[in-house]
Amino acid sequence: MKNQDFEFLSGLLKEKSGLMLTPDKVYLLESRLTPLSRKRGMDSLDVLIQQLRSSRDEGLIKDVTEAMTTNESFFFRDNTPFDIFKNHVLPAMEKARPNKRLRIWCAAASTGQEPYSLAILLKENWAKWKGWNIEIVGTDICTQVLEKAKAGTYSQFEVQRGLPIQTLIKYFKQEGDVWRLNEDVRKMVTFRPFNLLGSFSLLGSFDVIYCRNVLIYFDQPTKKEVLERMQATMAKDGTLFLGAAETVLGITDKLRPIRGHRGMYVSSDGGAEELMGLG
Amino acid sequence: MKLCLVVDDSKVIRKVARRILEELNFDIEEAVDGQDALDACDRNMPDVVLLDWNMPVMDGLEFLKAVRAKEGIEQPIVVFCTTENDMSHIRVAIEAGANEYIMKPFDREIIEAKFSQVGLI
Repeated sequence: MKNQDFEFLSGLLKEKSGLMLTPDKVYLLESRLTPLSRKRGMDSLDVLIQQLRSSRDEGLIKDVTEAMTTNESFFFRDNTPFDIFKNHVLPAMEKARPNKRLRIWCAAASTGQEPYSLAILLKENWAKWKGWNIEIVGTDICTQVLEKAKAGTYSQFEVQRGLPIQTLIKYFKQEGDVWRLNEDVRKMVTFRPFNLLGSFSLLGSFDVIYCRNVLIYFDQPTKKEVLERMQATMAKDGTLFLGAAETVLGITDKLRPIRGHRGMYVSSDGGAEELMGLG
Repeated sequence: MKLCLVVDDSKVIRKVARRILEELNFDIEEAVDGQDALDACDRNMPDVVLLDWNMPVMDGLEFLKAVRAKEGIEQPIVVFCTTENDMSHIRVAIEAGANEYIMKPFDREIIEAKFSQVGLI
């Protein structure tokens, strides 16, 4: 790929999605956009780039952004953020929310495994949550993955990455080659397209936010902006989960890590760790 | 190091499983059918058995029932690994005392995920 083509594409992606591509990621552009150019009946990636330059075709720009921001996802990915949710966050929220209202946001929901994993954990103790109004919102910049998320159907490979067999038996039905999550669990999650660079004002406030493995693609100022807006949209005693390779340290002081619980952050002016018995 | 007994009548599958599991720091023994696997358990009880279903002489389910009758439910940990990928087979296996269930084809990630779910990794 020519240098000026790389600069053009990475500039476009930064503008549209915040995605930062360093020159060592040229292969990623080629491997993800070549199939897209074929799908669009173009002879090569060069043709696709040419068309982007000449027409600013919004549909094509959207397809390019989606191809570059789609990430693999599995159920209960990395375990720890789900163990903490089950053992600390949920018991704390049960005490701290007399109005029995709980709102959870998965900010990079992809094909739905993360919000559905949380829904399954709630279902495991469903009697306890009777009378509660629990909302799980899954958002992603890519509308294509959200369609799959809504359908709740997963391949044999996907259900075997992270789902214990007992959970599969309990919450899924086999439909030919695919496994479909039962409707009562699917109904617990609302999916909608959302760009983290856009305004958060319509989303409302959240008690728990999962935003894992997204910030790594952003540059420092974008990370800071997104993190601080998340903190502002989070309840004072709320919790934020980032990916294991991500941190707030050196980026913002509005959030702070919980020692001994990697990937878990609370508001600097809140008291979530006492609430969760982690103080 | 933990010992994994790989039970499959296909030499190719045993080889693939061995390679993955050795990378995950397991010692490996192999057996070619259920009876062979029972004999191996008598000689040296493994921590975990990766178990095919359809095999000559004695199939995986018969092996599982025999080993549970003899050794109880604690050991060894049994992870089925089979092309039988429908819900009814899975239920039968779990009721007979299997700890986990892998539907073939598998890859390293699946083995790793399943072994970590049963506390082996």
